[in-house]
This record gives sequence, structure tokens and C-alpha cells, in this order.
Amino acid sequence: MALDHRVNELQFVRGALATVTYPLQVAVDAPVRAVTRVFESFTSREDLITENRILRSENAELRARQLRFEALQLENDRLRALLNTAQQAEERVEITKLLAVDLDPFRQQIVLNKGRTDDVYAGQPVINADGVIGQVLSTRLTSSVALLISDPSHALPVLSARTGLRGLVVGTGNPQRLEMRHVPLQEDVEPGDLLLTSGLGGRFPADYPVARVTSVERPQGQPFLSIEAEPLAALDRSREVLLLWTEDIMSGIAPLDVDEEMETTPDAPAAEQEPDDEATGTP
Amino acid sequence: MTRAIGIPWPVALTLLAALALAIVPIPETLRPARPEWLALVLIYWAMAFPTRIGILTAFVAGLLLDTLMGQLLGQNAIALAVITYIVLQVHPRLRVYPVWQQMIVVATLIALFKLLALWPQGITGFPPDSIRYWSPVITSALLWPLIFFLLRDVRRRWLLHLT
Repeated sequence: MALDHRVNELQFVRGALATVTYPLQVAVDAPVRAVTRVFESFTSREDLITENRILRSENAELRARQLRFEALQLENDRLRALLNTAQQAEERVEITKLLAVDLDPFRQQIVLNKGRTDDVYAGQPVINADGVIGQVLSTRLTSSVALLISDPSHALPVLSARTGLRGLVVGTGNPQRLEMRHVPLQEDVEPGDLLLTSGLGGRFPADYPVARVTSVERPQGQPFLSIEAEPLAALDRSREVLLLWTEDIMSGIAPLDVDEEMETTPDAPAAEQEPDDEATGTP
Repeated sequence: MTRAIGIPWPVALTLLAALALAIVPIPETLRPARPEWLALVLIYWAMAFPTRIGILTAFVAGLLLDTLMGQLLGQNAIALAVITYIVLQVHPRLRVYPVWQQMIVVATLIALFKLLALWPQGITGFPPDSIRYWSPVITSALLWPLIFFLLRDVRRRWLLHLT
């Protein structure tokens, strides 16, 4: 047990055992999936038509936005070339399904149906359409385990979209609640503030939405604010998530609008910056 | 006493079923109260076939449970091995108890199991801080009669010739 906790050597043993137990997980998952499929096949034609119409209009809108996005991407690349910084490569994104199996009820983990054979690696970011979900914890041959951002052992460097304030979002064990730690009392944080990934940890690319601040308290006699946030992605309800491949582009990530110092030295490796609470709260 | 070895297939099958029951999705609020199926099944078989089902079986089954649950490798394995050892020590007495008395023993064993599993979690820094962590003690004890009569039927149908 100590070995498993301290070193990574047992990852191999764990992987081998997990490959043995994977059929069991699939066997448990199969009936659940079959039942949902049966229910799906009973949805009425009108429902499908309505849904189709909604999706069509949404698709049209998104495509219109995508056009502008591509133009902006080109402009961004050109400006980056002018600034002599590394180019941001295209990200690879793949959709993956969750296996309907339960894990330790006191940890926030999920099982994904993609593994090493699909190039999944430990530490890979997991997101969905609404925001960040978590990161891959361990991989097996055809499945992998991901840790949600709401797990108490998960910490994620973020910055506030409104003020650029940097901080650390830590899970609480409750999938509806996160905590932002180590923010000094005088900082400007308000309920409703959007928290984005800052990219400082070196795992997650910058500027993905994570959570929205729900309450800010100034406890008497404490050096830090007590900030609670709600994750934007429905951590306990999504059945499909997206895996991001970022390994080859992480070297090029430099947080854009954090503060002036960063912008003058955009080549500074992101991981060396302390993802903590230094007073950078000037917008 | 000659030592009979080998795990009969119904035993292996019920152990697999217990592992599957440990990960079947159930509503979020009920999840902490999920009975410890694997421990219950192991207690029964260790009581019924003390020469066949031993600490090694319990340890291997526990390792599989660890990987299934995404917990620290060995956490459940050691706890299961310890309670199986205790069952092996007291099985002549346990066999002649009435079911309600067995339920008390099972509750104690499951409590010990949860305690042993809690210890490594505490050391590695993330102990579950809710009182609901202990609810399987009650649910498992309540399910013991079901497991007992079910597995006894299995044993009488297929395994009467074994010791």
C-alpha cells in the first residue's frame, strides 16, 4: 500500500489487474446502457422533430460563430508570429463515454471507455461542452480512470475572468461545490465571477471555464477569504465527456492577460510561476 | 485432517457476482450505504469451506475490488484477509449460531473491515469525514440472512459432496 501511494512502479500491476477486471465493468455497464437505449427508442417522433429543429438552429449559430473564430485564430497566429512566441497548435479533441459503474463513494472518480490504445495518458485534461471536468488519473489498455475537479485531492490553478486574479480551486468532495483557496482579504472577488483555467499548472490549457463564484465571505481573524464556487459542468450527470490532447502544445502556452510582467516575458515557462495568490488583482 | 483444495465453480461465480454488485450504479444518496457484498460472500464461504477458502482467496479478491473501486492497492485486500482469518478461527462456533446471532458477528466483522480500510485512507490524507462511512455495517448485517440462505441453497444444490 505504501508502495502504491509513494511510487509509480505499481502502476503496471494495477494496470494488469484492471485489464482483468475490465470485462466485469463492461458487464455491469451493458444492461444499464441497454435500458437507456430501449427508452431512447421509445421517444416519440414529435420529440425527435423538435429536438432536431433546435439542434439545427444551434448548429447554424455555432457555425456562424466558428467562421469568426477561424478569422480570429488566424489573426492571433499572425500576431503571435509578430511577437515571436510559439504558435498554438490545433488541439486534438475526442469524445468518450463514461462507464456506468460506481467507484469509492467518498472519492470523485469516473471510468472512461478509452485507454492506452487510444493514446490516453495520465494527466490528460477532461472537459465537456460546459467546462472543465477533471483529469485522467490512470490509464489501462482500453479504459481509464479520471479524477473530477470536485475531489478533495484535486487542485486547479485558475484566474478570475473579470479581474485576472489568480488562485487555486480545490474540490470539496461535493460535486456541486468547489473552494477557492488562499486569496487575501483585500482582493476583489464577487459572487458571479467566472473562473477560467490559467494554464499555470502545465496540465490544463489556459482559458477554459471552470466554475462560477457563488459566495464570498470575509471570516473574522482569518488571513484569507472564504470563497465558494459552483462548477459549470454538471460533474455528476454527464454521460459523455471530451478528452483533450495537449502534450505537444503545452510548451507554447503562455497565459495571455494575466498581468503586464507576463506579457513582457511571454517565453517564461508557465510551470515555474507559482500558481498561488500573489497580489495580481489589477485588471 | 486431509486438506481439500481448489475453489469450486459456484464459489468463484458468487465471488464474481459480489464484485459486480460492488460497482453496479445506484443513486448517489444510497452509495455510501452500499453493503459490502464481497465481504459477506467471503465470510459465508470461509465459514462453509474453511479448508478451501482461505486468506489468499480473500487477498486476491480484495485486490480485484481495489482496482474496481479505484482505491489504494491493498486497502481492501488486507482488510478482507484479516476478517477471513478471524472467520477461519471461529468457524465451528459461527456455524451453529442462529442467524440473528450470526448477524451480530457479521456486523462486528464488517465494522472491523471498514476500520482497517479507513486506516490507510487516513494515512494518505483523504479520510472520508462523514458518519455515513459506517452505514455499510448496518446494511450488511441486515442483508446477512439473505446471503446466508441464498448461499446455503447454492451449497446444498451443487456442493454437498465437498467439505
